Amino acid sequence: MAYTEEELKKELETKEYEYGFYTDIESETFPIGLSEEIVIAISKKKEEPEWMTLWRLEAFKYWKEMVEPEWANVHYTKPDFQAISYYSAPKKADPNKTMDDVDPELLEMYKKLGISVDEQKKLQNVAVDIVMDSVSVATTFKKTLAEKGIIFCSISEAIKEHPELVKKYIGSVVPQRDNFYAALNSAVFSDGSFCYIPKGVRCPMELSTYFRINQAGTGQFERTLLIADEDSYVSYLEGCTAPSRDENQLHAAVVELIALDGAEIKYSTVQNWYPGGKDGKGGVYNFVTKRALCEKNAKVSWTQVETGSAVTWKYPSCILKGDNSIGEFYSIAVTNNYQQADTGTKMIHIGKNTRSTIISKGISAGKSQNSYRGLVQINSRADNARNFSQCDSLLMGNECGAHTFPYIEAKNKSAMIEHEATTSKIGEDQIFYCNQRGIPTEKAIALIVNGFSKEVLNKLPMEFAVEAQKLLEISLEGSVG
Amino acid sequence: MAFENNVDVEHPVHDVRTAAIKNFEEKGFPSKKEEAWKYTSLNSLQKIDFSIFPKEENTLEYKDVKRYFIHEIDSYKIVFIDGIYSSYLSETTHDGVDICLMSSALTKPMYKQIIDVYFNKIASKDESLTSLNTAFSREGAYIYIPKNKMPKKPIEILHFSTGNEASLMLQPRNLVVVEENAEVQIIERHQSLTKNEVLTNAVTEIYAAKSAIVDFYKIQNDAATASLIDNTYIDQKDKSVVKVHTFSFGGKLTRNNLNFYQNGEYIDSTMKGVTILGEKQHVDHHTLVHHIEPNCESHQDYKGIYGDSSTGVFNGKIIVDKLAQKTNAFQQNNNILISDKASINTKPQLEIFADDVKCSHGCTIGQLDEEAMFYLRSRGIPEKEARALLMYAFANNVLSSVRIPELKARINKLIAKKLGVNLGFDL
Repeated sequence: MAYTEEELKKELETKEYEYGFYTDIESETFPIGLSEEIVIAISKKKEEPEWMTLWRLEAFKYWKEMVEPEWANVHYTKPDFQAISYYSAPKKADPNKTMDDVDPELLEMYKKLGISVDEQKKLQNVAVDIVMDSVSVATTFKKTLAEKGIIFCSISEAIKEHPELVKKYIGSVVPQRDNFYAALNSAVFSDGSFCYIPKGVRCPMELSTYFRINQAGTGQFERTLLIADEDSYVSYLEGCTAPSRDENQLHAAVVELIALDGAEIKYSTVQNWYPGGKDGKGGVYNFVTKRALCEKNAKVSWTQVETGSAVTWKYPSCILKGDNSIGEFYSIAVTNNYQQADTGTKMIHIGKNTRSTIISKGISAGKSQNSYRGLVQINSRADNARNFSQCDSLLMGNECGAHTFPYIEAKNKSAMIEHEATTSKIGEDQIFYCNQRGIPTEKAIALIVNGFSKEVLNKLPMEFAVEAQKLLEISLEGSVG
Repeated sequence: MAFENNVDVEHPVHDVRTAAIKNFEEKGFPSKKEEAWKYTSLNSLQKIDFSIFPKEENTLEYKDVKRYFIHEIDSYKIVFIDGIYSSYLSETTHDGVDICLMSSALTKPMYKQIIDVYFNKIASKDESLTSLNTAFSREGAYIYIPKNKMPKKPIEILHFSTGNEASLMLQPRNLVVVEENAEVQIIERHQSLTKNEVLTNAVTEIYAAKSAIVDFYKIQNDAATASLIDNTYIDQKDKSVVKVHTFSFGGKLTRNNLNFYQNGEYIDSTMKGVTILGEKQHVDHHTLVHHIEPNCESHQDYKGIYGDSSTGVFNGKIIVDKLAQKTNAFQQNNNILISDKASINTKPQLEIFADDVKCSHGCTIGQLDEEAMFYLRSRGIPEKEARALLMYAFANNVLSSVRIPELKARINKLIAKKLGVNLGFDL
């Protein structure tokens, strides 16, 4: 299902645009339900080697034995795993003339933000891999990257073309039996991105993936595997959208990052799945497992802007295994209406002189619930480990909630850990100050929220920061009356 | 553990006890799988065959146990030996205030009205260890302070275990009712006198009415074979001020469940603690402050110093209800690890449903400042003393709010002893 650039170009030239600009994309969807046959069928469809099929089946075996976790501070109707279709692919008929064709709504979203994907791609020099309804539809700039020895493709292509890399690293950070949703993902993942940066290479451009759920009644299970070899550097962006539907859609992704000795990975996410209607109907369930492994002197930095999804359940984590490795987590989570977010990070300090920083900003409005849940663990051999955590919450209106559940476990006497959290609201005097200077309340709030989130926004790559800032504004629209 | 069946069926609170037994039988002892007991395991205690009701009465001479009292000052004393009231060592009163025994309060008709209103009302009916206490407790302190009254002197509650019987499980039950505008100071201490295993599962209910002031001090400096599970439930009404200080230096396993419920406005709740541990000791502080109504404050300040293979847990939970606007909740937990084998797990938790609030928590784990050490040592203070001095300073915030000077001096001595130094002056 993955295209090479050549194929894509050829197809574009020969194809008639019979489906028009706004028509739905006809897709090939598997019957609903999950069984061993479906897992095998997905694997077959992807023309995977046998080891991969076995790996999936193993995961499926674990999954069957697991129960859905309930400890998170979120309430929702549990998805019926037998009512979801586990594979949906856009038919070859309508590939991408330009990116705008792929998702008019995505385009609209960006129009609203004042940036078109296409434009962004060209101007900002970003290589994009688009994953729509589980299948990777286009990867751009592959050639330019290949010159540097960088592999950036869909994971199904990687399984075929670079089996040695995939075999070695897949499941090494997030094993199949890690948790309920990771096991499910390992069994049925249909596509995702794969990236390998060779030794000493500094990736010349931002790599980017866009996820999109298009088809109704499907779940999206993509898998991202990113390997930064010794002393390399990569900055990776991830964005997501979904159309508005009344039913809940499931998104259960797994992201594995491997930073070998001296490598640096910057992973930024702008998550804007459909958050459900004003009355709390519909929306995407976002249950994601993201984890990074840091070897000696490596650095991984997670930055996330979470504005979408009805229910978010996500903890991008860092295992600081190597000495002197660094983990960072910068997050803004905005919830409005009936959204619920339980998000945070885990910093596991194993190596000596490891350092971690956690900055989490939660903004809740409407009737939403926003939780920070984090773990800082200093193991007994992690001498001179250092952690700084700060979680601030901003409440708007008296029907929302903000919660913090930080777990701090120290087993080494040389550990230095700091944790602080505050909860506050937007001061009337702050609003008054703005109003007095001719700034309307809505704008004033956007201004204050921006200030509140600045520390995190600053960590985003330039072009994303602008986008995120506007996204914040949009998601809080109408939250203050 | 076998529970003997000599429960008094004719007892006035028999129904309450039956319900409690049922709840405990359903739930059993909490296991590590429960979120609230994630870091504290009761397995080692459950292996011991404790006897619940001592078979014989034991006596003690005052001179042998004098050092466990704050003997420098005059005080009311309620003393229990192996869970049984010792009239010989106690000094109770009915002069204007009631400072007496739970057993008599539960059976005598004159107390019925108060027992009906307060007994087992704020204590959790869901929590299994509290239920265990409700079911099997026979004795404890009963303190009733009427409107506008204040007892002339502080009250000391002491529980001694003699260890004359092999392993003992104690279930003391205290009830403290402080009426409008009244005030009381209470010091509570559990002390094991031998090397036999003791498990104390205590429940204390405190009711502070409008503008009442309650100072409660818990001294936990027991023998290395004694374990304590302390469940304290506090109900506060408008403008009341309740302060609970917990000093944990001794014991094998100590678990403090301290729960504040603010059922009124302009309430002030303070909980402070100093924990200094060594060897294989384990202390778990579990605090809950439930802000139910507007304009209230809560302050928490817990300091911990952990040496040897000791483990410490702090789990502070603040809930702010939707109605509780203008809440000001502050929580701080600072820890120092002085040994490689010691560990600390802390979980400061906020659950906030109101928007116009000021809530913050801070938590640190660190070491003594090397530069401060150097400063002291360069002025001729030996390393051990310098270290102790810095630890004193670290804990001093908590000590400064102790309102009984003799108690403060006593705690200073306990800290000095625990740190193994004599500074020759009080701080």
